[in-house]
Amino acid sequence: MNAFRLALVGAPNSGKSTLFNGLTGGRAKVANYAGVTVERRSGAFATPAGRSVELIDLPGIYGLTARSLDERIAVDVISGREGVDRAPDALLVLIDAADLRTHLHLALQLKALGRPMLLALNMIDLAERDGVVIDIPKLEARLGIPVVATCATRKAGRAALLARLDGLVEAGQAAPTGDGALTIAGLRSVQREARAIAKEAILKEPAMNKVTRAIDRVVLHPVLGPIVLAALLFLMFQAVFAWAKAPMDVIDAGFTGLGAWISTTLPDGLLKGLIVDGVIAGVGSVIVFLPQILILFAFILLLEASGYMARAAFMMDELMLRVGLNGRAFIPLLSSFACAIPGMMSARTIENENDRLTTILVAPLMTCSARLPVYTLIIAAFIPPTTVGLFGLQGLVMFGLYLAGVVSAVVVAFLLKRTLTRGRPQPLLMEMPTYKLPDPKDFVINLWLRGWAFLKRAGKFIFTVSVVLWFLASFPSSASGIRETYAGMLGSWLEPLLKPIGFNLEIAIALVPGFAAREVAVGALGTVYALQSSNDTNGLAHALQSAWSLPTALAFLAWYVFAPQCMATLAVARREMNSWRWTAFMMGYLLAMAYIAAGATYWTARWAGL
Amino acid sequence: MKLSELPPGRRARVASIDNATAELEAKLREVGFSEGDEVEMLTHGPFGGRTLAVRLNRSIIALRGPEAASIRVEDVS
Repeated sequence: MNAFRLALVGAPNSGKSTLFNGLTGGRAKVANYAGVTVERRSGAFATPAGRSVELIDLPGIYGLTARSLDERIAVDVISGREGVDRAPDALLVLIDAADLRTHLHLALQLKALGRPMLLALNMIDLAERDGVVIDIPKLEARLGIPVVATCATRKAGRAALLARLDGLVEAGQAAPTGDGALTIAGLRSVQREARAIAKEAILKEPAMNKVTRAIDRVVLHPVLGPIVLAALLFLMFQAVFAWAKAPMDVIDAGFTGLGAWISTTLPDGLLKGLIVDGVIAGVGSVIVFLPQILILFAFILLLEASGYMARAAFMMDELMLRVGLNGRAFIPLLSSFACAIPGMMSARTIENENDRLTTILVAPLMTCSARLPVYTLIIAAFIPPTTVGLFGLQGLVMFGLYLAGVVSAVVVAFLLKRTLTRGRPQPLLMEMPTYKLPDPKDFVINLWLRGWAFLKRAGKFIFTVSVVLWFLASFPSSASGIRETYAGMLGSWLEPLLKPIGFNLEIAIALVPGFAAREVAVGALGTVYALQSSNDTNGLAHALQSAWSLPTALAFLAWYVFAPQCMATLAVARREMNSWRWTAFMMGYLLAMAYIAAGATYWTARWAGL
Repeated sequence: MKLSELPPGRRARVASIDNATAELEAKLREVGFSEGDEVEMLTHGPFGGRTLAVRLNRSIIALRGPEAASIRVEDVS
């Protein structure tokens, strides 16, 4: 017997992703801002009677008129349009219990589709805490569909929902009627009906959440709000540097110790070289950055889950509008600080195609977490740990690098919107969710998933690259320096191109595997330099200090602000833009900017006598 | 009065949605605006303030002046 197909439908922020995770145990990204669910996700669970259900999580929609790519996917699945997905057997419709009046019309529109459905009043715990009282039997009677109150984060809160699902499965398939897109007159009458029903069913409805109002008085304030946003971002970058120091030192010491132990245990020879110089130097120099990446992801997850992310988009809307985009584009761009890939995918919530394209094109300029290892390594090696006023100089340089990315993204978007992706500014209409304390379990699992993904990359990808590079940099002979090895020969082809911007042979060698993923360049440098200095146990930073001049180090940083060095990002950009030409354009402009920036930095630093 | 003209802190009731293209009216209605709903201007956004934060019933909506101008509001009776 096939699984019963249940589609999860609701407005953005109604808690679909959390309920999905709660029911299936299959974890996915859970957040609070409009339209986080950009991929089709499905998971399995069983009803109390033992019937297996396939649950499909859909992007948030406010109605059945699809405008953005995201909404189109949702509406196509719900209405069973061919080519997207097989039609679901029933709909599980989620509505924020705290504001039935505003949201109920979506349930009526979906009901008109004629599919079996169950309405869940979600986040009932928060609504009840505010003092909202809803007459559920009355609502059920007026709507003519089963209604249940749920709290997606708690097992007890999902029990009532599960209990009603068997009834829904029994009811079987009804004949669907049309795709539900309404004329404006139809929408008006559905809204009138929804308001009338809500009025009868809501027994008590006090003023909106006081905590949210109090926080917003500061957070949305025209003067205080931007200060809060800037402070949060600054804190995030300082934390990445300061808090991660201790665990990074521990990991670093661990790998150094492991390398030394293996050095004394194993007999000299190829195997020892492979393990110590190839694997430990390569993989170790990347894993060291796990604490920083976790701190960065933790900040972004908390901003999303607490409800602040939509406020940040609101704060930025005016500035984005001047660039030619809308505040909504800020969310994909901010997630690109973690990784450009989910950032580009969440750009699907942007309705206008030209705006979406522009957002994707500039997303790689946001400094992603893979660049952190590169920045950290170079900053630790070349920037003295002094303080300037209240702040560490190293943290300030890091902040400056991030800022350089943001400023260039603004400039590029501004230019693009006036040339290649011209178009009228699009309206902004976005709900800002009630503030919530992030669910600790959800938070830990999401953080764990990201940390694990990073380690898996380090484990598989960087391991392979380190081993291959060790081989290339050891043979045919490394006795007379790296130039005589295969890697040296490959690198010397690139060297003339890179020499004018201050890069040496070792950098040329590291840039090649670095094209696969940015952080691989660090592993590659680790391997290349470990092979050159057999008795240097002070780590990569030390090796770089003696091998690079300060202008070279600064040029390397400038290169990484822009360089499009990540194959996965380019592949996703191609998929999302559905165009090789735009992808080639993106790669071309980024490479050109990287080259010019690195060159300019190098020669300016030389000229300044650094 | 238009919603866009409502001063921060003032409450009002949605009287009608007019002066909007069918597309904009549909968008406003789908996000939840409807005749009789209670609205309150919370604040204008920073850097010039074209972006508005409006309370709609028990929710908060961000929208811009030109769109808010097509929502006509009247005093809470």
